[in-house]
Amino acid sequence: MAEPLLRVDGLTKRFGGVVASDDIMLDVSAGELHAIIGPNGAGKTTLIGQLQGEIAPNSGRIAFDGRDITALPVYDRSMLGLARSFQITSLFRDFTALDNVALAVQAHAGHSFRFWRNARAESELRDPARAALKRVGLEGRADVIVSSLSHGEQRQLEIAMALASRPRLLLLDEPMAGLGAEESARMVQTLRELKQELTILLIEHDMEAVFALADRITVLVYGRVIASGAPADIRANEEVRQAYLGEQEVVQAQGAGLGATHG
Amino acid sequence: MTTHLTARNAVVVAMIAFLMLVPVYAATTGNTFMMTLFTRIIILAIAAVSLNLIMGFGGMVSFGHAAYLGIGGYVVGILAKEGIDSGFVQWPLAIALSGLFALGVGALSLRTRGVYFIMITLAFAQVVYYVANGLDRYGGDDGLTIQRRSEFGGLINLSNRTFFYYLCLALLLATVYLVWRMVNSRFGMAIQGARSNERRMNAIGFPTFRYKLICFVIAGLICGLAGVLLANHTNFISPQLMHWTRSGDLIVMAVLGGMGSVFGPVIGAVALLVLEETLPHLIGLVTHVFTGKEIAAAKEYWQLILGPMLLLIVLFARGGIDGLIARSRNG
Ligand SMILES: Nc1ncnc2c1ncn2[C@@H]1O[C@H](COP(=O)(O)OP(=O)(O)O)[C@@H](O)[C@H]1O
Ligand SMILES: [Mg+2]
Repeated sequence: MAEPLLRVDGLTKRFGGVVASDDIMLDVSAGELHAIIGPNGAGKTTLIGQLQGEIAPNSGRIAFDGRDITALPVYDRSMLGLARSFQITSLFRDFTALDNVALAVQAHAGHSFRFWRNARAESELRDPARAALKRVGLEGRADVIVSSLSHGEQRQLEIAMALASRPRLLLLDEPMAGLGAEESARMVQTLRELKQELTILLIEHDMEAVFALADRITVLVYGRVIASGAPADIRANEEVRQAYLGEQEVVQAQGAGLGATHG
Repeated sequence: MTTHLTARNAVVVAMIAFLMLVPVYAATTGNTFMMTLFTRIIILAIAAVSLNLIMGFGGMVSFGHAAYLGIGGYVVGILAKEGIDSGFVQWPLAIALSGLFALGVGALSLRTRGVYFIMITLAFAQVVYYVANGLDRYGGDDGLTIQRRSEFGGLINLSNRTFFYYLCLALLLATVYLVWRMVNSRFGMAIQGARSNERRMNAIGFPTFRYKLICFVIAGLICGLAGVLLANHTNFISPQLMHWTRSGDLIVMAVLGGMGSVFGPVIGAVALLVLEETLPHLIGLVTHVFTGKEIAAAKEYWQLILGPMLLLIVLFARGGIDGLIARSRNG
């Protein structure tokens, strides 16, 4: 098999006594949608933070496209094509939706030591930004200030911003958090489309969405990878049932016919 | 949106027209005090606009901005004392040194934020303040009189009050225009993005530190120019130029006028300094009317009125005077 797009090797992160990442091994191949599931506090967000560069690991190594990026700052990783959407919405709240996305475009359109021309009139920035908004279905809301957008729209905007920064690997941290049924369905549709052309690392609690979208699934519990494989294998995996699926009532709704083994 | 802009623009145009007519008024009425006051207002407005570039647009609340007034002023004063009158030497050197100081302060302080940033910028300004106090050759804490204003090889004459006034006004308008272009450019977007959400800026690929640092230096350069003008205006330099309360005044001008707009601090500078001049008289008048006596001490308490006024503006008119104007038409 070819070199994976992302290779995580022995990643460990401790917060005081808590081991949030415990010797994590993970490969994401180009083109796949790789889901990470695990109960709250399993260390999913911490893992994404280390991949993106906001959190420095205690030990281990992260390689992106064959290059060691473990020590690279966040913005340099973004330049290489790592784009993250945040579990807790993180936007420019006093800007319009279009301004938000245009900033992401601008970040990847050369340096910003340009002092004179009106950036809001540059089609080089605005056109790709509009295109990204369109992909998530926000084209009609381009000129609305972010703080006036609904929660669901803000989640869509999160994705649009990640898209606009020319990603090669999308890191999505619970994009469906707090969405209603209809908005969730819309998000699943968006992800299904993105999946055609992008490599995606998806963290999600909605098991139905995960099993519908993922090519591979990695299960994280107490910072450790306890299983990794195709959706069918994960569903059948005894350890996963014991440790994770058993704890999560959500999964029963998934109808996998699991006996909840609490304990 | 358009009504916002017209209401605002009307005030901007009116303000500029007013400032242009001050010398005419002063000449016809022989009111030289008004000329002196408004020259000062215009110079401090340049400083306030530069502060607002980093504070209002960049979210960098510097509590040491008067240091650049001091550096700009002292370069002019020291060179003049040493017999170097040429503005061609004084001005570029003053501006360059201000920028260099900003580069140092920015490099050391911009990694911190919030109260720490405020305190570090204040600390650096205090260092310059005490250094100036220790310059015995240049008057120490008494200050130093500048015998001659900057010379420009006879091309222009800064000692002509009217000419000097219009020069300052032209430089203020140039500054406002420059800053306005800048905040709407890619650079300005990067700066405002860093104010709004620096974490997200990094995530989408912006190395924010270098943009903030350059912004900080640009503000320092502009304020250094204001210092040069102030020294030429008063023919005098002293550590008071960069007393921390003056840094506070500059912040108040920006907050009062409105940090959200480039022109806001100009309105703030006019409002604050005119209030500062008129409130004592007003209080004297009011106490006279009510008590029938001249109570000189009452005039000392004008700040007791100004303070609560500022508080009200900060609490209820978050965009400052500019914000009130923008909203008034929407009412
Ligand atoms: N900045 C932090 N400081 C201390 N502990 C943290 C920090 N971030 C996360 N943790 C802890 O690390 C563990 C993993 O958290 P997190 O990665 O947010 O889990 P998940 O996203 O899977 O819910 C939790 O026990 C959490 O309390
Ligand atoms: Mg999380």
